[in-house]
Amino acid sequence: MSAPLLAVDRFSVAYGKVEAVRSVSLEVPAGSVVTVIGANGAGKTTLLNAMMGLLDQAGAISFEGHDLRGTRVEDRVAAGLVLVPERRELFGSLTVEDNLRLGSFRHRRHHQIGAELDKVYALFPRLRERHRQLAGTLSGGERQMLALGRALMSRPRLLMLDEPSLGLAPQIVRESFRIIADLHKSGVSILLIEQNARAALAIADHGYVMEHGEITLQGSAAELAQNPRVVESYLGLGSAR
Amino acid sequence: MIFWTLVVDGVVNGAIYALLAIGLVLVFVVTRVILLPQGVYMSFAALTLSQFQRGNVPGTAGLLLALGLAAFVIDLLRSRVTRAWLMRRVASDLALPAIMYALVTWLVPLRPNMAIQIVLTLALITPLGPYLYRLAFQPLEQASVLTLLIASVGVHIALTVLGLVFFGPEGFLANPLSSAHFEAAGIVISGQSAIMVAVSLVIMVLLWLLFDRTLIGKAMRAVAVNRVGARLVGIPISQAGEITFALASFIGAVSGVLIAPVSMVYYDTGFLIGLIGFVAAIIGGMGSYPLAVAGAIFVGLLQSFAAFWNSNYQQVVVFTTLIPILLLRSLRAPAVEEDE
Repeated sequence: MSAPLLAVDRFSVAYGKVEAVRSVSLEVPAGSVVTVIGANGAGKTTLLNAMMGLLDQAGAISFEGHDLRGTRVEDRVAAGLVLVPERRELFGSLTVEDNLRLGSFRHRRHHQIGAELDKVYALFPRLRERHRQLAGTLSGGERQMLALGRALMSRPRLLMLDEPSLGLAPQIVRESFRIIADLHKSGVSILLIEQNARAALAIADHGYVMEHGEITLQGSAAELAQNPRVVESYLGLGSAR
Repeated sequence: MIFWTLVVDGVVNGAIYALLAIGLVLVFVVTRVILLPQGVYMSFAALTLSQFQRGNVPGTAGLLLALGLAAFVIDLLRSRVTRAWLMRRVASDLALPAIMYALVTWLVPLRPNMAIQIVLTLALITPLGPYLYRLAFQPLEQASVLTLLIASVGVHIALTVLGLVFFGPEGFLANPLSSAHFEAAGIVISGQSAIMVAVSLVIMVLLWLLFDRTLIGKAMRAVAVNRVGARLVGIPISQAGEITFALASFIGAVSGVLIAPVSMVYYDTGFLIGLIGFVAAIIGGMGSYPLAVAGAIFVGLLQSFAAFWNSNYQQVVVFTTLIPILLLRSLRAPAVEEDE
Protein backbone atom coordinates (compact mmCIF):
# COMPACT_ATOMS: atom_id res chain seq x y z
CA MET A 1 0.00 0.00 0.00
CA SER A 2 1.37 3.44 -0.94
CA ALA A 3 1.66 6.26 1.64
CA PRO A 4 -1.81 7.36 2.67
CA LEU A 5 -3.24 10.61 1.37
CA LEU A 6 -5.37 10.98 4.48
CA ALA A 7 -4.63 9.31 7.78
CA VAL A 8 -6.79 9.57 10.86
CA ASP A 9 -5.58 8.07 14.09
CA ARG A 10 -7.58 7.49 17.29
CA PHE A 11 -9.97 10.21 16.29
CA SER A 12 -12.81 11.14 18.66
CA VAL A 13 -15.62 13.65 18.45
CA ALA A 14 -18.00 14.53 21.27
CA TYR A 15 -21.20 16.53 21.42
CA GLY A 16 -21.03 17.71 25.01
CA LYS A 17 -20.59 14.51 27.01
CA VAL A 18 -21.82 12.20 24.28
CA GLU A 19 -19.03 10.73 22.21
CA ALA A 20 -20.41 10.34 18.68
CA VAL A 21 -17.11 9.10 17.25
CA ARG A 22 -14.81 7.00 19.44
CA SER A 23 -11.17 6.45 18.65
CA VAL A 24 -11.56 5.90 14.93
CA SER A 25 -8.49 5.17 12.85
CA LEU A 26 -8.64 5.03 9.09
CA GLU A 27 -6.57 5.69 6.01
CA VAL A 28 -7.27 6.72 2.45
CA PRO A 29 -4.39 5.75 0.13
CA ALA A 30 -3.73 8.16 -2.75
CA GLY A 31 -5.75 7.30 -5.83
CA SER A 32 -8.20 4.99 -4.10
CA VAL A 33 -11.88 4.92 -3.26
CA VAL A 34 -12.54 4.14 0.37
CA THR A 35 -16.02 3.75 1.81
CA VAL A 36 -17.37 3.87 5.32
CA ILE A 37 -20.67 2.04 5.62
CA GLY A 38 -22.95 1.82 8.60
CA ALA A 39 -26.46 2.38 9.82
CA ASN A 40 -28.12 5.72 10.32
CA GLY A 41 -26.73 7.38 13.45
CA ALA A 42 -23.51 5.37 13.53
CA GLY A 43 -21.50 8.60 13.50
CA LYS A 44 -20.41 8.65 9.85
CA THR A 45 -21.50 12.21 9.13
CA THR A 46 -19.99 13.42 12.39
CA LEU A 47 -16.72 11.77 11.42
CA LEU A 48 -16.63 13.54 8.04
CA ASN A 49 -17.61 16.93 9.47
CA ALA A 50 -14.88 16.66 12.08
CA MET A 51 -12.28 15.64 9.50
CA MET A 52 -13.29 18.73 7.54
CA GLY A 53 -12.72 20.86 10.64
CA LEU A 54 -16.37 21.80 11.21
CA LEU A 55 -16.43 20.14 14.64
CA ASP A 56 -13.98 20.03 17.52
CA GLN A 57 -12.04 16.80 17.59
CA ALA A 58 -9.46 14.85 19.51
CA GLY A 59 -6.82 12.64 17.94
CA ALA A 60 -4.49 12.91 14.98
CA ILE A 61 -5.33 13.75 11.39
CA SER A 62 -2.83 14.25 8.59
CA PHE A 63 -3.24 14.98 4.91
CA GLU A 64 -0.38 14.34 2.48
CA GLY A 65 1.86 14.04 5.52
CA HIS A 66 0.87 17.47 6.89
CA ASP A 67 -0.57 17.60 10.37
CA LEU A 68 -4.04 19.13 10.18
CA ARG A 69 -4.66 19.39 13.92
CA GLY A 70 -5.87 22.85 14.88
CA THR A 71 -6.21 24.07 11.29
CA ARG A 72 -9.34 25.85 10.12
CA VAL A 73 -11.81 24.64 7.53
CA GLU A 74 -10.53 27.10 4.94
CA ASP A 75 -6.97 25.80 5.33
CA ARG A 76 -8.15 22.24 4.82
CA VAL A 77 -10.09 23.25 1.71
CA ALA A 78 -6.99 25.02 0.39
CA ALA A 79 -4.99 21.83 1.00
CA GLY A 80 -7.42 19.89 -1.20
CA LEU A 81 -9.71 18.26 1.33
CA VAL A 82 -13.23 18.88 0.07
CA LEU A 83 -16.56 17.72 1.45
CA VAL A 84 -19.88 17.33 -0.32
CA PRO A 85 -22.17 17.34 2.70
CA GLU A 86 -25.30 15.29 3.18
CA ARG A 87 -27.49 18.42 3.11
CA ARG A 88 -25.60 19.83 0.08
CA GLU A 89 -25.44 23.28 1.76
CA LEU A 90 -25.85 25.24 -1.48
CA PHE A 91 -26.31 29.00 -1.69
CA GLY A 92 -30.01 29.04 -2.51
CA SER A 93 -30.40 32.72 -3.36
CA LEU A 94 -27.36 32.79 -5.66
CA THR A 95 -27.29 31.55 -9.24
CA VAL A 96 -25.96 28.14 -10.24
CA GLU A 97 -22.93 29.77 -11.83
CA ASP A 98 -22.18 31.87 -8.74
CA ASN A 99 -22.38 28.73 -6.61
CA LEU A 100 -19.81 27.09 -8.86
CA ARG A 101 -17.56 30.15 -8.95
CA LEU A 102 -17.63 30.33 -5.16
CA GLY A 103 -16.39 26.73 -5.17
CA SER A 104 -13.14 28.14 -6.54
CA PHE A 105 -13.01 30.89 -3.90
CA ARG A 106 -9.66 29.64 -2.58
CA HIS A 107 -8.19 29.77 -6.08
CA ARG A 108 -9.87 32.99 -7.13
CA ARG A 109 -6.64 34.64 -8.19
CA HIS A 110 -5.86 31.93 -10.74
CA HIS A 111 -6.73 32.36 -14.35
CA GLN A 112 -8.01 28.94 -15.39
CA ILE A 113 -11.30 29.24 -13.54
CA GLY A 114 -13.21 29.71 -16.80
CA ALA A 115 -11.72 26.48 -18.13
CA GLU A 116 -12.58 24.62 -14.93
CA LEU A 117 -16.11 25.94 -15.11
CA ASP A 118 -16.35 24.55 -18.65
CA LYS A 119 -15.13 21.15 -17.42
CA VAL A 120 -17.84 21.06 -14.78
CA TYR A 121 -20.45 22.08 -17.33
CA ALA A 122 -19.20 19.33 -19.65
CA LEU A 123 -19.66 16.84 -16.83
CA PHE A 124 -23.10 18.20 -15.91
CA PRO A 125 -24.71 19.70 -19.06
CA ARG A 126 -27.84 20.25 -17.02
CA LEU A 127 -26.04 22.85 -14.92
CA ARG A 128 -24.99 24.77 -18.02
CA GLU A 129 -28.62 24.96 -19.13
CA ARG A 130 -29.56 26.37 -15.74
CA HIS A 131 -26.51 28.50 -15.03
CA ARG A 132 -28.50 31.70 -14.51
CA GLN A 133 -31.16 30.04 -12.37
CA LEU A 134 -31.12 30.40 -8.57
CA ALA A 135 -29.75 27.31 -6.83
CA GLY A 136 -32.78 27.21 -4.56
CA THR A 137 -35.06 26.44 -7.52
CA LEU A 138 -33.24 23.26 -8.57
CA SER A 139 -34.61 19.72 -8.23
CA GLY A 140 -33.01 17.21 -5.86
CA GLY A 141 -30.90 15.59 -8.55
CA GLU A 142 -29.74 18.94 -9.90
CA ARG A 143 -28.80 20.07 -6.41
CA GLN A 144 -26.67 17.00 -6.03
CA MET A 145 -24.96 17.77 -9.35
CA LEU A 146 -24.39 21.36 -8.27
CA ALA A 147 -22.96 20.27 -4.91
CA LEU A 148 -20.57 17.91 -6.73
CA GLY A 149 -19.71 20.56 -9.32
CA ARG A 150 -19.05 23.16 -6.64
CA ALA A 151 -16.79 20.70 -4.82
CA LEU A 152 -14.87 20.01 -8.04
CA MET A 153 -14.30 23.75 -8.49
CA SER A 154 -12.39 23.62 -5.18
CA ARG A 155 -9.79 21.36 -6.89
CA PRO A 156 -10.11 18.43 -4.51
CA ARG A 157 -7.28 16.00 -3.94
CA LEU A 158 -9.57 14.03 -1.68
CA LEU A 159 -13.29 14.31 -2.27
CA MET A 160 -15.39 13.30 0.72
CA LEU A 161 -18.96 12.42 -0.19
CA ASP A 162 -21.62 12.18 2.49
CA GLU A 163 -24.58 10.09 1.34
CA PRO A 164 -24.54 11.18 -2.29
CA SER A 165 -27.51 8.94 -3.03
CA LEU A 166 -29.71 10.21 -0.22
CA GLY A 167 -33.18 11.21 -1.36
CA LEU A 168 -32.49 10.69 -5.05
CA ALA A 169 -34.41 8.66 -7.62
CA PRO A 170 -32.74 5.33 -8.52
CA GLN A 171 -31.81 6.50 -11.99
CA ILE A 172 -30.06 9.57 -10.60
CA VAL A 173 -28.33 7.40 -8.00
CA ARG A 174 -26.87 5.27 -10.79
CA GLU A 175 -25.84 8.43 -12.63
CA SER A 176 -24.16 9.77 -9.47
CA PHE A 177 -22.16 6.61 -8.94
CA ARG A 178 -21.11 6.63 -12.59
CA ILE A 179 -19.82 10.19 -12.16
CA ILE A 180 -18.02 9.26 -8.94
CA ALA A 181 -16.31 6.41 -10.76
CA ASP A 182 -15.32 8.82 -13.57
CA LEU A 183 -13.90 11.29 -11.09
CA HIS A 184 -11.86 8.54 -9.54
CA LYS A 185 -10.48 7.61 -12.97
CA SER A 186 -9.48 11.23 -13.51
CA GLY A 187 -7.23 10.99 -10.44
CA VAL A 188 -9.31 12.24 -7.51
CA SER A 189 -9.20 10.10 -4.38
CA ILE A 190 -12.57 9.52 -2.78
CA LEU A 191 -13.89 8.86 0.68
CA LEU A 192 -17.50 7.77 0.36
CA ILE A 193 -20.07 7.45 3.08
CA GLU A 194 -23.18 5.53 2.18
CA GLN A 195 -26.14 3.69 3.53
CA ASN A 196 -26.46 2.08 0.14
CA ALA A 197 -23.68 -0.36 1.02
CA ARG A 198 -24.07 -2.49 -2.11
CA ALA A 199 -23.40 0.43 -4.47
CA ALA A 200 -20.62 1.77 -2.27
CA LEU A 201 -18.74 -1.53 -2.02
CA ALA A 202 -19.13 -1.99 -5.77
CA ILE A 203 -16.95 1.02 -6.58
CA ALA A 204 -14.70 1.08 -3.50
CA ASP A 205 -11.25 -0.46 -3.10
CA HIS A 206 -11.37 -0.59 0.65
CA GLY A 207 -14.14 -0.39 3.19
CA TYR A 208 -14.78 0.27 6.87
CA VAL A 209 -17.89 -0.63 8.82
CA MET A 210 -18.90 1.86 11.48
CA GLU A 211 -21.25 0.99 14.36
CA HIS A 212 -22.10 3.17 17.34
CA GLY A 213 -19.24 5.54 16.70
CA GLU A 214 -16.58 2.89 16.29
CA ILE A 215 -14.97 1.05 13.39
CA THR A 216 -15.91 -2.59 13.93
CA LEU A 217 -14.75 -4.15 10.69
CA GLN A 218 -12.49 -3.29 7.80
CA GLY A 219 -11.07 -4.90 4.72
CA SER A 220 -10.95 -4.77 0.97
CA ALA A 221 -14.31 -4.02 -0.58
CA ALA A 222 -14.47 -7.47 -2.10
CA GLU A 223 -13.84 -9.15 1.28
CA LEU A 224 -16.41 -7.02 3.01
CA ALA A 225 -19.01 -7.80 0.37
CA GLN A 226 -18.52 -11.52 1.23
CA ASN A 227 -18.39 -11.08 4.98
CA PRO A 228 -21.44 -12.77 6.53
CA ARG A 229 -21.94 -10.01 9.09
CA VAL A 230 -21.90 -7.34 6.40
CA VAL A 231 -24.16 -9.37 4.16
CA GLU A 232 -26.64 -9.88 6.96
CA SER A 233 -26.67 -6.30 8.31
CA TYR A 234 -26.07 -4.18 5.25
CA LEU A 235 -26.51 -6.17 2.07
CA GLY A 236 -29.21 -8.69 2.94
CA LEU A 237 -32.93 -8.33 2.50
CA GLY A 238 -33.15 -6.67 5.90
CA SER A 239 -31.35 -3.63 4.64
CA ALA A 240 -33.71 -2.78 1.80
CA ARG A 241 -34.04 0.83 2.83
CA MET B 1 -46.63 73.84 -1.14
CA ILE B 2 -46.01 72.94 2.48
CA PHE B 3 -46.84 69.38 1.50
CA TRP B 4 -43.94 69.17 -0.94
CA THR B 5 -41.56 70.84 1.47
CA LEU B 6 -42.43 68.17 4.02
CA VAL B 7 -41.92 65.49 1.38
CA VAL B 8 -38.45 66.81 0.55
CA ASP B 9 -37.62 66.92 4.24
CA GLY B 10 -38.86 63.40 4.72
CA VAL B 11 -36.84 62.05 1.80
CA VAL B 12 -33.66 63.75 3.03
CA ASN B 13 -34.09 62.28 6.52
CA GLY B 14 -35.11 58.99 4.95
CA ALA B 15 -31.83 58.89 3.02
CA ILE B 16 -29.89 58.95 6.30
CA TYR B 17 -32.14 56.34 7.89
CA ALA B 18 -31.70 54.25 4.76
CA LEU B 19 -27.92 54.26 5.16
CA LEU B 20 -28.22 53.17 8.78
CA ALA B 21 -30.81 50.52 7.90
CA ILE B 22 -28.60 49.12 5.14
CA GLY B 23 -25.69 48.90 7.57
CA LEU B 24 -27.86 47.05 10.07
CA VAL B 25 -29.24 44.57 7.53
CA LEU B 26 -25.78 43.97 6.11
CA VAL B 27 -24.26 43.16 9.48
CA PHE B 28 -27.22 41.07 10.55
CA VAL B 29 -27.39 38.79 7.51
CA VAL B 30 -23.65 38.11 7.43
CA THR B 31 -22.87 37.87 11.16
CA ARG B 32 -26.34 37.63 12.83
CA VAL B 33 -25.39 40.58 15.04
CA ILE B 34 -28.03 43.27 15.61
CA LEU B 35 -25.59 46.14 15.60
CA LEU B 36 -26.93 48.69 18.07
CA PRO B 37 -23.70 50.74 17.90
CA GLN B 38 -24.41 51.50 14.23
CA GLY B 39 -25.81 54.86 15.37
CA VAL B 40 -22.77 55.43 17.60
CA TYR B 41 -20.48 55.38 14.55
CA MET B 42 -22.68 58.14 13.25
CA SER B 43 -22.41 60.38 16.33
CA PHE B 44 -18.69 59.64 16.63
CA ALA B 45 -18.13 60.69 13.02
CA ALA B 46 -20.27 63.82 13.35
CA LEU B 47 -18.58 64.88 16.58
CA THR B 48 -15.11 64.03 15.29
CA LEU B 49 -15.73 66.27 12.28
CA SER B 50 -16.96 69.08 14.53
CA GLN B 51 -13.85 68.76 16.70
CA PHE B 52 -11.63 68.93 13.62
CA GLN B 53 -13.36 72.14 12.62
CA ARG B 54 -12.59 73.57 16.04
CA GLY B 55 -8.96 72.54 15.66
CA ASN B 56 -9.12 69.87 18.40
CA VAL B 57 -7.83 66.33 18.28
CA PRO B 58 -10.85 64.21 19.24
CA GLY B 59 -10.75 61.27 21.66
CA THR B 60 -11.67 58.91 18.83
CA ALA B 61 -8.05 59.07 17.63
CA GLY B 62 -6.88 57.61 20.95
CA LEU B 63 -9.73 55.10 20.89
CA LEU B 64 -8.50 53.83 17.53
CA LEU B 65 -5.04 53.25 18.98
CA ALA B 66 -6.41 51.47 22.04
CA LEU B 67 -8.83 49.22 20.13
CA GLY B 68 -6.18 48.34 17.54
CA LEU B 69 -3.77 47.32 20.28
CA ALA B 70 -6.46 45.33 22.12
CA ALA B 71 -7.51 43.50 18.96
CA PHE B 72 -3.88 42.70 18.21
CA VAL B 73 -3.21 41.30 21.68
CA ILE B 74 -6.39 39.23 21.78
CA ASP B 75 -5.64 37.74 18.37
CA LEU B 76 -2.05 37.09 19.32
CA LEU B 77 -3.31 34.94 22.20
CA ARG B 78 -5.73 32.84 20.21
CA SER B 79 -4.34 32.52 16.67
CA ARG B 80 -1.64 30.36 15.22
CA VAL B 81 0.99 33.03 14.76
CA THR B 82 2.70 32.81 11.39
CA ARG B 83 4.97 35.32 9.76
CA ALA B 84 2.32 36.39 7.23
CA TRP B 85 -0.23 36.73 10.01
CA LEU B 86 2.11 38.89 12.05
CA MET B 87 2.94 41.18 9.12
CA ARG B 88 -0.72 41.67 8.28
CA ARG B 89 -1.83 42.27 11.85
CA VAL B 90 1.00 44.61 12.73
CA ALA B 91 0.05 46.66 9.67
CA SER B 92 -3.70 46.65 10.31
CA ASP B 93 -3.77 46.87 14.12
CA LEU B 94 -0.69 48.84 15.11
CA ALA B 95 0.68 50.75 12.13
CA LEU B 96 -2.65 51.97 10.74
CA PRO B 97 -3.93 53.51 14.02
CA ALA B 98 -0.48 54.97 14.74
CA ILE B 99 -0.33 56.59 11.32
CA MET B 100 -3.87 57.91 11.66
CA TYR B 101 -3.11 59.28 15.11
CA ALA B 102 0.04 61.01 13.87
CA LEU B 103 -1.76 62.42 10.83
CA VAL B 104 -4.60 63.78 12.92
CA THR B 105 -2.39 65.40 15.57
CA TRP B 106 -0.23 66.92 12.84
CA LEU B 107 -2.89 68.09 10.40
CA VAL B 108 -5.78 69.19 12.56
CA PRO B 109 -4.12 72.18 14.28
CA LEU B 110 -3.20 73.41 10.76
CA ARG B 111 -6.93 73.74 9.99
CA PRO B 112 -7.04 71.77 6.75
CA ASN B 113 -9.92 72.26 4.33
CA MET B 114 -13.25 70.48 4.58
CA ALA B 115 -12.38 67.63 2.17
CA ILE B 116 -9.35 66.63 4.23
CA GLN B 117 -11.36 66.86 7.44
CA ILE B 118 -13.95 64.51 6.00
CA VAL B 119 -11.39 62.01 4.74
CA LEU B 120 -9.68 62.01 8.14
CA THR B 121 -13.02 61.48 9.88
CA LEU B 122 -13.93 58.51 7.68
CA ALA B 123 -10.45 57.01 8.06
CA LEU B 124 -10.63 57.39 11.84
CA ILE B 125 -14.10 55.89 12.34
CA THR B 126 -14.15 53.08 9.76
CA PRO B 127 -11.47 50.84 11.36
CA LEU B 128 -13.38 50.90 14.66
CA GLY B 129 -15.88 48.43 13.15
CA PRO B 130 -13.50 45.56 12.42
CA TYR B 131 -11.67 46.03 15.74
CA LEU B 132 -14.94 45.87 17.65
CA TYR B 133 -15.93 42.78 15.69
CA ARG B 134 -12.73 41.00 16.61
CA LEU B 135 -12.89 42.04 20.24
CA ALA B 136 -16.56 41.47 21.00
CA PHE B 137 -18.25 39.36 18.33
CA GLN B 138 -15.77 37.02 16.67
CA PRO B 139 -15.21 35.04 19.89
CA LEU B 140 -18.99 34.49 19.93
CA GLU B 141 -19.18 33.34 16.30
CA GLN B 142 -21.11 30.20 17.24
CA ALA B 143 -23.38 31.90 19.78
CA SER B 144 -27.11 32.49 19.40
CA VAL B 145 -28.62 35.70 18.05
CA LEU B 146 -29.71 36.59 21.58
CA THR B 147 -26.19 36.24 23.01
CA LEU B 148 -24.86 38.37 20.18
CA LEU B 149 -27.52 40.98 20.88
CA ILE B 150 -26.51 41.15 24.53
CA ALA B 151 -22.88 41.60 23.48
CA SER B 152 -24.08 44.32 21.14
CA VAL B 153 -25.87 46.11 23.99
CA GLY B 154 -22.65 45.94 26.02
CA VAL B 155 -20.55 47.39 23.20
CA HIS B 156 -23.16 50.09 22.68
CA ILE B 157 -23.15 51.18 26.32
CA ALA B 158 -19.35 51.19 26.47
CA LEU B 159 -19.10 53.32 23.34
CA THR B 160 -21.80 55.74 24.48
CA VAL B 161 -19.99 56.30 27.77
CA LEU B 162 -16.73 56.82 25.90
CA GLY B 163 -18.57 59.32 23.69
CA LEU B 164 -19.50 61.31 26.79
CA VAL B 165 -15.89 61.23 27.97
CA PHE B 166 -14.53 62.29 24.58
CA PHE B 167 -17.00 64.95 23.57
CA GLY B 168 -18.74 66.04 26.77
CA PRO B 169 -22.47 66.52 27.15
CA GLU B 170 -22.79 69.49 24.74
CA GLY B 171 -24.08 69.17 21.22
CA PHE B 172 -22.11 70.31 18.19
CA LEU B 173 -23.06 71.51 14.75
CA ALA B 174 -20.54 71.27 11.90
CA ASN B 175 -20.16 73.73 9.02
CA PRO B 176 -22.41 72.93 6.05
CA LEU B 177 -21.00 70.89 3.17
CA SER B 178 -22.51 73.32 0.72
CA SER B 179 -24.19 76.68 1.19
CA ALA B 180 -25.90 76.62 -2.20
CA HIS B 181 -29.66 76.76 -2.51
CA PHE B 182 -31.81 76.14 -5.49
CA GLU B 183 -35.47 76.29 -6.22
CA ALA B 184 -37.52 73.77 -8.10
CA ALA B 185 -41.25 74.31 -8.66
CA GLY B 186 -41.40 76.74 -5.81
CA ILE B 187 -39.71 74.51 -3.26
CA VAL B 188 -36.35 75.58 -1.90
CA ILE B 189 -33.85 72.74 -1.72
CA SER B 190 -30.54 73.30 0.02
CA GLY B 191 -27.28 72.08 -1.48
CA GLN B 192 -26.73 70.19 1.76
CA SER B 193 -29.96 68.20 1.27
CA ALA B 194 -29.07 67.43 -2.33
CA ILE B 195 -25.64 66.18 -1.24
CA MET B 196 -27.20 63.99 1.46
CA VAL B 197 -29.51 62.27 -0.99
CA ALA B 198 -26.88 61.99 -3.71
CA VAL B 199 -24.23 60.49 -1.42
CA SER B 200 -26.74 57.98 -0.04
CA LEU B 201 -27.62 56.94 -3.58
CA VAL B 202 -23.97 56.58 -4.56
CA ILE B 203 -23.31 54.36 -1.55
CA MET B 204 -26.29 52.17 -2.36
CA VAL B 205 -25.11 51.76 -5.95
CA LEU B 206 -21.58 50.94 -4.82
CA LEU B 207 -22.89 48.32 -2.39
CA TRP B 208 -25.05 46.83 -5.11
CA LEU B 209 -22.03 46.61 -7.42
CA LEU B 210 -19.99 44.98 -4.66
CA PHE B 211 -22.58 42.34 -3.85
CA ASP B 212 -23.77 41.68 -7.39
CA ARG B 213 -20.59 41.97 -9.44
CA THR B 214 -17.61 40.83 -7.37
CA LEU B 215 -16.67 37.40 -6.06
CA ILE B 216 -15.81 38.85 -2.64
CA GLY B 217 -19.28 40.39 -2.42
CA LYS B 218 -20.88 37.12 -3.50
CA ALA B 219 -18.80 35.28 -0.92
CA MET B 220 -20.26 37.58 1.72
CA ARG B 221 -23.76 36.83 0.45
CA ALA B 222 -22.87 33.14 0.55
CA VAL B 223 -21.95 33.49 4.22
CA ALA B 224 -25.31 35.15 4.77
CA VAL B 225 -27.38 32.43 3.07
CA ASN B 226 -25.49 29.36 4.21
CA ARG B 227 -22.68 29.55 6.72
CA VAL B 228 -21.83 25.86 6.59
CA GLY B 229 -21.72 25.91 2.79
CA ALA B 230 -19.56 29.01 2.88
CA ARG B 231 -17.07 27.37 5.23
CA LEU B 232 -17.00 24.25 3.04
CA VAL B 233 -15.87 26.21 -0.01
CA GLY B 234 -13.17 27.82 2.11
CA ILE B 235 -14.63 31.27 2.70
CA PRO B 236 -13.14 32.55 5.96
CA ILE B 237 -16.22 33.44 7.99
CA SER B 238 -14.42 35.74 10.40
CA GLN B 239 -12.84 37.72 7.58
CA ALA B 240 -16.27 38.14 6.02
CA GLY B 241 -17.41 39.43 9.40
CA GLU B 242 -14.55 41.89 9.57
CA ILE B 243 -15.27 43.24 6.08
CA THR B 244 -18.97 43.55 6.92
CA PHE B 245 -18.23 45.46 10.10
CA ALA B 246 -15.86 47.73 8.18
CA LEU B 247 -18.57 48.46 5.62
CA ALA B 248 -21.07 49.15 8.39
CA SER B 249 -18.79 51.53 10.26
CA PHE B 250 -17.90 53.25 6.98
CA ILE B 251 -21.58 53.71 6.17
CA GLY B 252 -22.19 54.94 9.72
CA ALA B 253 -19.31 57.40 9.43
CA VAL B 254 -20.62 58.72 6.11
CA SER B 255 -24.06 59.26 7.58
CA GLY B 256 -22.43 61.10 10.50
CA VAL B 257 -20.56 63.41 8.13
CA LEU B 258 -23.80 64.07 6.25
CA ILE B 259 -25.87 64.80 9.33
CA ALA B 260 -23.26 66.82 11.27
CA PRO B 261 -24.08 70.16 9.55
CA VAL B 262 -27.89 69.85 9.70
CA SER B 263 -28.60 68.55 13.15
CA MET B 264 -27.12 69.25 16.56
CA VAL B 265 -25.34 66.02 17.46
CA TYR B 266 -24.76 64.94 21.07
CA TYR B 267 -22.73 61.97 22.25
CA ASP B 268 -25.91 59.87 22.43
CA THR B 269 -27.78 61.19 19.40
CA GLY B 270 -26.78 58.15 17.37
CA PHE B 271 -28.85 55.83 19.53
CA LEU B 272 -32.18 57.43 18.65
CA ILE B 273 -31.35 57.79 14.95
CA GLY B 274 -29.95 54.25 14.95
CA LEU B 275 -33.22 53.00 16.44
CA ILE B 276 -35.16 54.71 13.70
CA GLY B 277 -32.85 53.03 11.19
CA PHE B 278 -33.65 49.79 12.99
CA VAL B 279 -37.38 50.38 12.54
CA ALA B 280 -36.72 50.82 8.81
CA ALA B 281 -34.67 47.62 8.72
CA ILE B 282 -37.47 45.76 10.53
CA ILE B 283 -39.97 46.95 7.92
CA GLY B 284 -37.71 45.15 5.47
CA GLY B 285 -37.69 42.06 7.71
CA MET B 286 -33.95 42.52 8.52
CA GLY B 287 -33.19 40.76 5.28
CA SER B 288 -34.02 42.90 2.28
CA TYR B 289 -32.08 45.99 1.24
CA PRO B 290 -34.70 47.50 -1.11
CA LEU B 291 -37.44 47.02 1.50
CA ALA B 292 -35.20 48.54 4.17
CA VAL B 293 -34.61 51.58 1.97
CA ALA B 294 -38.33 51.88 1.25
CA GLY B 295 -38.99 51.52 4.96
CA ALA B 296 -36.46 54.25 5.71
CA ILE B 297 -38.07 56.68 3.25
CA PHE B 298 -41.47 55.81 4.70
CA VAL B 299 -40.24 56.49 8.24
CA GLY B 300 -38.60 59.72 7.08
CA LEU B 301 -41.85 60.95 5.53
CA LEU B 302 -43.87 59.86 8.52
CA GLN B 303 -41.54 61.73 10.84
CA SER B 304 -41.55 64.89 8.78
CA PHE B 305 -45.36 64.98 8.64
CA ALA B 306 -45.69 64.07 12.30
CA ALA B 307 -43.26 66.84 13.21
CA PHE B 308 -45.38 69.33 11.28
CA TRP B 309 -48.57 68.07 12.90
CA ASN B 310 -47.21 68.07 16.42
CA SER B 311 -43.47 68.05 16.96
CA ASN B 312 -43.78 66.62 20.49
CA TYR B 313 -45.18 63.44 19.07
CA GLN B 314 -42.86 62.84 16.13
CA GLN B 315 -40.86 60.02 17.76
CA VAL B 316 -43.97 58.57 19.33
CA VAL B 317 -45.59 58.28 15.91
CA VAL B 318 -42.50 56.66 14.39
CA PHE B 319 -42.09 54.03 17.07
CA THR B 320 -45.81 53.35 17.37
CA THR B 321 -45.95 52.38 13.70
CA LEU B 322 -43.52 49.62 14.57
CA ILE B 323 -46.27 47.75 16.43
CA PRO B 324 -48.67 47.14 13.52
CA ILE B 325 -45.71 46.45 11.22
CA LEU B 326 -44.32 43.81 13.56
CA LEU B 327 -47.78 42.29 13.94
CA LEU B 328 -48.25 42.17 10.19
CA ARG B 329 -44.84 40.65 9.61
CA SER B 330 -45.34 38.02 12.28
CA LEU B 331 -48.54 36.96 10.53
CA ARG B 332 -47.13 36.93 7.04
CA ALA B 333 -43.51 35.90 7.21
CA PRO B 334 -42.56 32.47 8.47
CA ALA B 335 -40.22 32.68 11.43
CA VAL B 336 -36.63 32.86 10.23
CA GLU B 337 -35.07 29.65 11.39
CA GLU B 338 -31.82 29.67 13.27
CA ASP B 339 -29.12 27.80 11.49
CA GLU B 340 -28.27 24.30 12.70
